[in-house]
Amino acid sequence: MGLVLLVAIWLITFISAYFFMAKTWWLPAGASAAAAGIDHHFATTYFLMGIVFVVSQVALGYFAWRYRDRGPAIRQALYSHGNNRLEIIWTLLTLVLFVGLNFMSSSIWASERFRPAVSDAVQVEVTGMQFAWYFRYPGPDGKFGATKPELQDPSSGGEGAIGLDTSDPAAKDDFVTGTMYVPVNREIDVILRAEDVIHSFFVPSMRFKQDAVPGLAIHMHFTPIATGDYEIACSQLCGLGHYKMHGILRVVSQEEFDKWAAAQEAGKQ
Amino acid sequence: MATGEFAAHAVHAHAAPTSWIRKYVFSLDHKVIGIQYFFLALTAVFVGMFLSLLMRIHLIWPAAALPLLGEIKPETYLTLLTMHGTIMVFFVLTTAPQGGFGNYFLPIQIGAPDMAFPVLNMLSFWVTALAFFVMIAAFFVVGGAPLHGWTGYPPLSALPSAGPGEGLGADLWVISIALFCLGALMSALNFITTTLDMRARGMTLMRMPLTCWAWFITAILGLLAFGVLLSAGILLLLDRNAGTSFFVPLVTINGQLTGHKGGSPLLWQHLFWFFGHPEVYIAILPAMGLCSQLLSVFSRKPIFGYKAMVYAMLSIGFLGFMVWGHHMFMSGMSPYTAFAFSVMTMAIGVPSAIKTFNWLGTIWRGRIRFTSPMLFALGFVSLFISGGISGPFLAQPVLDIQLHDTYFVVGHFHLIMGVASIFGIFAATYYWFPKMFGRMMSESMAHWHFFITLIGTYAIFMPMHYLGMAAHLRRYSQLTELKYLHGLVPLQEFMTYAAFITIAGQFIFLFNLFWSMKFGQKASDNPWEATTLEWTTATPPPHDNFGGHIPVVYNGPYEYSVPGAPRDFIMQTDPAIVKAH
Amino acid sequence: MASIPTTSAVDTAQVLLTGNGRLDQNALDFASRLRRVRLGVGVALTGIVMIFVSYSSAYVVRQGLPTLDPRTGTLVRDWLPLQLPNFLLVNTLVLLLSTLTMELARRQAVRVGAAAGTASDPAERADTDRMPWLALTAILGLSFLAGQWLVWRELAARGFYVATSPSSSFFYLLTGMHGIHLLGGIFALLAASAVALLRKSAASSAVVVDATAWYWHFMTILWVYILCLLEFAP
Repeated sequence: MGLVLLVAIWLITFISAYFFMAKTWWLPAGASAAAAGIDHHFATTYFLMGIVFVVSQVALGYFAWRYRDRGPAIRQALYSHGNNRLEIIWTLLTLVLFVGLNFMSSSIWASERFRPAVSDAVQVEVTGMQFAWYFRYPGPDGKFGATKPELQDPSSGGEGAIGLDTSDPAAKDDFVTGTMYVPVNREIDVILRAEDVIHSFFVPSMRFKQDAVPGLAIHMHFTPIATGDYEIACSQLCGLGHYKMHGILRVVSQEEFDKWAAAQEAGKQ
Repeated sequence: MATGEFAAHAVHAHAAPTSWIRKYVFSLDHKVIGIQYFFLALTAVFVGMFLSLLMRIHLIWPAAALPLLGEIKPETYLTLLTMHGTIMVFFVLTTAPQGGFGNYFLPIQIGAPDMAFPVLNMLSFWVTALAFFVMIAAFFVVGGAPLHGWTGYPPLSALPSAGPGEGLGADLWVISIALFCLGALMSALNFITTTLDMRARGMTLMRMPLTCWAWFITAILGLLAFGVLLSAGILLLLDRNAGTSFFVPLVTINGQLTGHKGGSPLLWQHLFWFFGHPEVYIAILPAMGLCSQLLSVFSRKPIFGYKAMVYAMLSIGFLGFMVWGHHMFMSGMSPYTAFAFSVMTMAIGVPSAIKTFNWLGTIWRGRIRFTSPMLFALGFVSLFISGGISGPFLAQPVLDIQLHDTYFVVGHFHLIMGVASIFGIFAATYYWFPKMFGRMMSESMAHWHFFITLIGTYAIFMPMHYLGMAAHLRRYSQLTELKYLHGLVPLQEFMTYAAFITIAGQFIFLFNLFWSMKFGQKASDNPWEATTLEWTTATPPPHDNFGGHIPVVYNGPYEYSVPGAPRDFIMQTDPAIVKAH
Repeated sequence: MASIPTTSAVDTAQVLLTGNGRLDQNALDFASRLRRVRLGVGVALTGIVMIFVSYSSAYVVRQGLPTLDPRTGTLVRDWLPLQLPNFLLVNTLVLLLSTLTMELARRQAVRVGAAAGTASDPAERADTDRMPWLALTAILGLSFLAGQWLVWRELAARGFYVATSPSSSFFYLLTGMHGIHLLGGIFALLAASAVALLRKSAASSAVVVDATAWYWHFMTILWVYILCLLEFAP
């Protein structure tokens, strides 16, 4: 029985570890400035935790087989209540490992979340509602106009969906789209809002995730470094259509972005 | 007259009941109540498992028409996951290890004739049972059961218009949880008082079996945590039905104003997770205590580092109240707070690691008997390692950006809180069944059950980590909408097939349980040659546990293979030990 | 390590630390029953404290919490303090008085209970103090609850209902939760009186009265705390 258990535990361990090492299923390719650092820290954590995982599982399987009962004549069990020095050593080791890991990654977290977006960042207001994302750009005046909850009408889409108050002068040049356009290599200042329930704005390739909470306007920033289309998903359960609440983030060159923005502005008049 | 009254107490706190209803239904006997809890959890676990099977079927065959149930709609899928999570967390993982085995064996292991407050004990069971019926009733009301997930984040859970099932079904869900909290609070009160006040002579705190320590610490966690969940539940009920705005800010649902304004959705998350994180330990601590016990019993070796184990459990309990924010890294909470929470969370990994080392230290140079409880205890250690190792990923906010709300989280907590705890429950069942029902369970069936469950659960939950790294989000009822999910469908299919086999394996357990009650081999008083007090009394124990006398304790609970002793174990009640230190 | 605590005169602390050093712990004398029940009440009150701790923190957080004004996209504070009715002071006095009578009832009951535990003849019980402190406490408790109801009526007359403003929601919540808990205390007093009236057992009645008294004192302290919270942290 000890041998069967050893084989089962070792097989489970090696098969599980194999798929991590072979990266059969892995993080989607990163396309933001922060991705490389995050992925590197992911790899570090994976490497250290992987060693702990394999070593302890292998030890468990081995001990179970090695110290199986073969009768008292062959070997007695050791009468020992433990060893305080060992206890202290492995407590300190794990403490250093775990807390050290955390401090290693603290600079990435700080640059992602502790500082606000740079002043010339591209502002996009992202509004989540059951079950769609809308993206608002402030237009040439750089200011977002007022919105009114009473005016919110999801069925009308665009400006109507987020309840844009067209009587506000600052709202005149605001435009709302269903696809998020951003210029490459510019920091994007995302302002997250939700109309009804909590949603979460997740762009896997950008290593970017943040809840959009009704009653809050959360600022968060990221810098895309490669052009292309990236999928946006909702990662917080928001109701029956949660699975289909998705969108596209289209990263384009600065010229293309300006041209697109001008066209949106023109289409609005 | 007064003396007569006390004379009656001398026999037992309450006399053995004679009528069937007082004996088996409204019983005051902690052993009967423990078995009642056990069967409540057994019912709940099969309901919860059935719901998960429906989910797995829907994920890979979304259009399949099932007999009686028809096609599962996306909202039904969310209902299934909500009820699966709630039933499993509350009515299985909290109920079976603590309410079930704790109720039955805590008094016996500390040498008490019953719990401190038997009437309260009976009440706490029946309130819990009522909570379960209310929860199940949510399926059958207009609109059906709620779809807001077991965490019930408002505004989704606070607004009837936010989705199907958020009407009466959601009210019943909240009421059921509030009732459950009441039952859990009463039970915690009983456990704590019993442990502190009713230990037999010589049973010092540091001679208690680690199971008792685990139940005791779990009860303290429950006492502090369930009060907070209860108060949060009351606020949610008021928001839903009295028009208050504790949790709901100014929102519109499909363009309609709801009349709420100014509430904070994050307030619920703080209250919920202040309960929710200790709840994880409420589920796992009894299993930790039991598996420590079993590794020692069946390695015929004292537990490695008894005191370290006790202090580790105490610090897990203490730190467990300071890490709740790690569920909220992406919620809009201050990033500075998030960092502080992540440091605390990494720190709580340390006592868990100590326990793992000590378990390995316990079997090291032991003489391992591969009985069915021991197999499940070893499986528990393996699962605890696997589930624990993914913790440091999620505890770091930088990595949580990618992993939060993905299958990685689902895999993590299923391994460590779900399956590991369930392995604890299985181990407890195989270990104590002989004492409870007087017969042994079939070992060969148990071995099949063990290997199918061990390999099966790994096959279900390990791939979830791969899915999570590939950004597969949880709570997605269909995999067709997001393009990057398409490549992951084969892995989902594999998990569903694994789930079929694993669930089939559970029927071996169910059959073994009932078959052995009737036809199992008769059990002796101490079939496992263990040292603790439950093995000193008759099988099954008499109404007052020790048949008219109260044991006196002379030894610690883990005196195995003592050099020079006549047998390889010394009962806690054996007076003859001469300690060779 | 193998030493066994002696059976003689174990004080509570030692029992709690080293096990109940009595050969037959079911033959509970009056003092042991009191100790166990007081321990239970202490544990129960810890759970109740957690309920009010969570409400207090919710109260403080909600006060300072800015919420988004969707019109302008800026954060605003919307907390309006509630003018507390003066009648609350009368209620507070009633409750303070009740805690005094409760304490007198407790001492009376414990005396009788302890005497019943030792005296073999019920006639020998030393009830020199025959004042109906228990009934008085129950009446004062009910008066407090009636007073709270009047306060609610006054607030409603001023147009403040449960859902009117965050401060009124919290006022109804905190006073309501406290009222429910006090009502529980009154039921316990009724149960104790019923046991005493039936002359079933003076000791059992005394144990219930003692437990309820500690609970009751705590409810008074809790009320003063709630009042301070509502008044000084508006």
